Amino acid sequence: MPETSILSDDFVRELINVGEVDILVGVPTYNDGATVGQVVQAVRAGLLQYFPRERAVIINADGGSRDGTQDLVRAASISDLSVAPDIRALRTLHSISTRYEGGPASGIALRTILAAADLLQARACAMVAPDSPTLEPNWIERLLRPLLRDGRDLVLPVYRRHKFEGLLIRNLVYPMTRSIYKCSVREPYPADFAFSGTLGSRFLAQDIWTQDQGRYGTELWLTLSAIVERCKVTQSFLGTKTRSESGPADLVKAMRESAGVLFGSLEANFAAWSSPREPLEAPCVACEPTVSLEHSRLNRKRLYQMFAFGVSELEPVFLSILSSPTHEALKRLAKLPEERFSYPEELWVRTVYEFAAAYHKAVIGRDHIVQALVPLFRGRAFTFLTENRDASADQVEANIESLCQAFEQQKPYLLEVWNGRK
Amino acid sequence: MWQNFISELNRTMHEMVGSLGRFLPRFLEMLALAVIGWLIAYVLKALVRSALKLTRFDKLSEHTGATPLLRGAALPSPTEMVSRFVFWVAWLGFILIGINALGIVGLEEHVSSFFGFLPRLFAGLFILFFGLLAASFFSRAALLSGVNADLPSPRLISWAVRTMIILFVVSMAFEELGIGSHTVIVAFALTFGSLMLGFALAFGLGGKELARKYLERRFGREQPPNERAHEHEDELSPL
Repeated sequence: MPETSILSDDFVRELINVGEVDILVGVPTYNDGATVGQVVQAVRAGLLQYFPRERAVIINADGGSRDGTQDLVRAASISDLSVAPDIRALRTLHSISTRYEGGPASGIALRTILAAADLLQARACAMVAPDSPTLEPNWIERLLRPLLRDGRDLVLPVYRRHKFEGLLIRNLVYPMTRSIYKCSVREPYPADFAFSGTLGSRFLAQDIWTQDQGRYGTELWLTLSAIVERCKVTQSFLGTKTRSESGPADLVKAMRESAGVLFGSLEANFAAWSSPREPLEAPCVACEPTVSLEHSRLNRKRLYQMFAFGVSELEPVFLSILSSPTHEALKRLAKLPEERFSYPEELWVRTVYEFAAAYHKAVIGRDHIVQALVPLFRGRAFTFLTENRDASADQVEANIESLCQAFEQQKPYLLEVWNGRK
Repeated sequence: MWQNFISELNRTMHEMVGSLGRFLPRFLEMLALAVIGWLIAYVLKALVRSALKLTRFDKLSEHTGATPLLRGAALPSPTEMVSRFVFWVAWLGFILIGINALGIVGLEEHVSSFFGFLPRLFAGLFILFFGLLAASFFSRAALLSGVNADLPSPRLISWAVRTMIILFVVSMAFEELGIGSHTVIVAFALTFGSLMLGFALAFGLGGKELARKYLERRFGREQPPNERAHEHEDELSPL
């Protein structure tokens, strides 16, 4: 077991004390003191309620929190539970908290948890986000049951989210993954997901852990690799997912973790997506409508302004990345007044595909290519918000479906620009 | 007297023929070296051109900004420029070896100083090339960061970064070549110092709000509720 070398001696000692387990639930944290106690309590409740006979362990991998996250995890792990009066734990439910080196990085946390799962020979492993205040005990059941009962390899979540949340997932990652890899998974970059012990060992054996995708966006990379390997993928409806209120979203970081990793995977898996393949089924268990419509306060004007500003200021960068027609179309778009502005689906798809090809050819630094996509995404986000401002859940779904179709129809164009023919 | 004149003339003629006899083989040697040198330089040029094409040197130069510069001056591509440079340096080297073989007093010193200069010339060009590459990379990074952080005038920031690095690199290259090194260093120090002072004043006077916000964000001080509300209003939820 060479991967145990990344685990500290104390942590290995604690794991050896636990012994073999059936279920491992991993909670990666970094300054999540506001929510992690509640999350760990819900995980414990879920394990006791739905898997009382299985040997289980909760492992918290912390990236060096300064807000007492680890203490909160430990406190939540020993607190009394009142799941239901008739529920008793049949086995000891272990909880371990460890601090990994080189953090904070979600990929290192995931690797630590995978190494622990490998050492404990867990049959099923679930990862839960530490910042989900809406996590319910039944999420654990919905994530783990398809692995233990149905022999699935990977369980991905489906959430009910506000129509204006997950804009990068809805406008790029989901439609592009679906069209390129022929597998319709709603959350290819999951925060909460589960996988079999066998698949976990395969994840651990990948050679990504010293590279960028082994630090950030690792969940997306592993999902894509499972799809490419034609693993048995299932989607499980979990419930409402709300974003954490810890601070403003860093769009550049999000772009690196999602689009950067997705573009990188295209290169690694070229043979898998460039030839015709049968779609990979990913059935959804107990699926419900995924779009909610509460009131939201988003400043669309600023998105439009930052798009127009980006298009004019980044002209020398776009000249290296985009084809002339696409670049000209964007410049025309940037001159439109806000009320007439619309970034059409076809142009957005063409833009994304040209960025993917430029990433492959490394026409400039790859990280710069990903960063240059950010202002253009703001333009697309503006259009998405405008189109769906008064839309019902069904209309929003129809618009997302239409974008997916556009990505699928233009897939030959990706191959064309990938091979250098514009 | 006439006899003396004839004997002196004969002696001079003999000396001249002797000198010519000694010079001619050396001259032929020089010509042979020049011809052989030309052939070797030509082969070197072809090899360098192929190697640069294989390593996509033109693409790399495009990133450094060297290609647009050459294009603007109606000069050939960087691959062509480098291969021609190698050709001329190699051939010139052989010609100078040939001239050295002529044994002309005073030239030998110049020839050896030329060969002594070559490593510095290559080091200077190396510094210049990678300096331009760094200038291009960091100026683009500054431009992208400026645009994504919604800073005013990101192009100006990018231009400033590029100019400072190029100034720094050029002064290093000149120092390596030993051309006006003191003047260049003083000029660089003055320009760099005044630019830094200018930025410090501009940031201190014009950007104190920005600095305060940055420091508050960096060190985690609570923001006033009205500012936080504004930030939330602008916030996108991408993932």
